[in-house]
Amino acid sequence: MASHTATAKPTIVLDMSWLESPAHTTRLSFRGTPAAIAAASSVFGVPLPTSACRSATVGSRSALWQGPDEYLLIAPESERTLIIQALTNELSAHAHSLVDVSHRQNGLIVKGPHAVWLLESGCPLDLDLSQFPIGMCTRTLFEKSEITLWRLAPDIFHLEVWRSFTEYVIALLSETARELAA
Amino acid sequence: MLVIHCPYCGDRPELEFSHGGQAHVIRPKDPSQATDAQWAEFLYLRKNTRGLFAERWRHVRGCGRFFNAIRDTTTDQFVVTYRAGEQPPASVVGGAL
Ligand SMILES: [Zn+2]
Repeated sequence: MASHTATAKPTIVLDMSWLESPAHTTRLSFRGTPAAIAAASSVFGVPLPTSACRSATVGSRSALWQGPDEYLLIAPESERTLIIQALTNELSAHAHSLVDVSHRQNGLIVKGPHAVWLLESGCPLDLDLSQFPIGMCTRTLFEKSEITLWRLAPDIFHLEVWRSFTEYVIALLSETARELAA
Repeated sequence: MLVIHCPYCGDRPELEFSHGGQAHVIRPKDPSQATDAQWAEFLYLRKNTRGLFAERWRHVRGCGRFFNAIRDTTTDQFVVTYRAGEQPPASVVGGAL
């Protein structure tokens, strides 16, 4: 009987240069009436987009459209207390909800010439630039995990993944990366 | 993959949606005044239409919003979708409601 273990497998060194962790981040889930949205825009310093699936960035702060009255506000970690206080003060007269979800999810950056291939292995959306332009953001699925997908550049995507799913998403992306490298 | 038109986000893959049952079921204004029969009808009795049917759907892995759809239950074709609170276009209502 021929031996199946005669040759040792070469060690595969997986190139992980397509994956990065963004800096620590403040994440706020904000919902409100149109008046509250207008007020939040001026306090946060970023006009909250009214078009579906679009984002706006000013300096180091971004506002991502998540639903018709729902946004994900992203800012540096150091500004968390400041932003929450300012928004809470300014929005007291408006119906709204503001929830600190900084530690609910992790950010991932998927980048490089194979970024679209990697993501399309598990995401059902068409990520062609004509269908998913720069600045577009949306909740969607990556395999069985909900993610927020946000395109920063033609080959750079920011993913927001709930903490307990992060390992799962990275493992599946790595699996695809191994196939692409083959 | 079946593509469903979300009234907020546009055309999106079926995977992102969940089904929410018959649409336009009106909750009795004052449940304490409803008879047991009326309350039971609101809670439990639904149509099982063959053909065009008005349903609630939710773009749960997208904008998260509920909306309504007229779907053909024999072919799974979505004829039209519209926002919650709106009535379907008269041209496609047929026996859907
Ligand atoms: Zn939607």
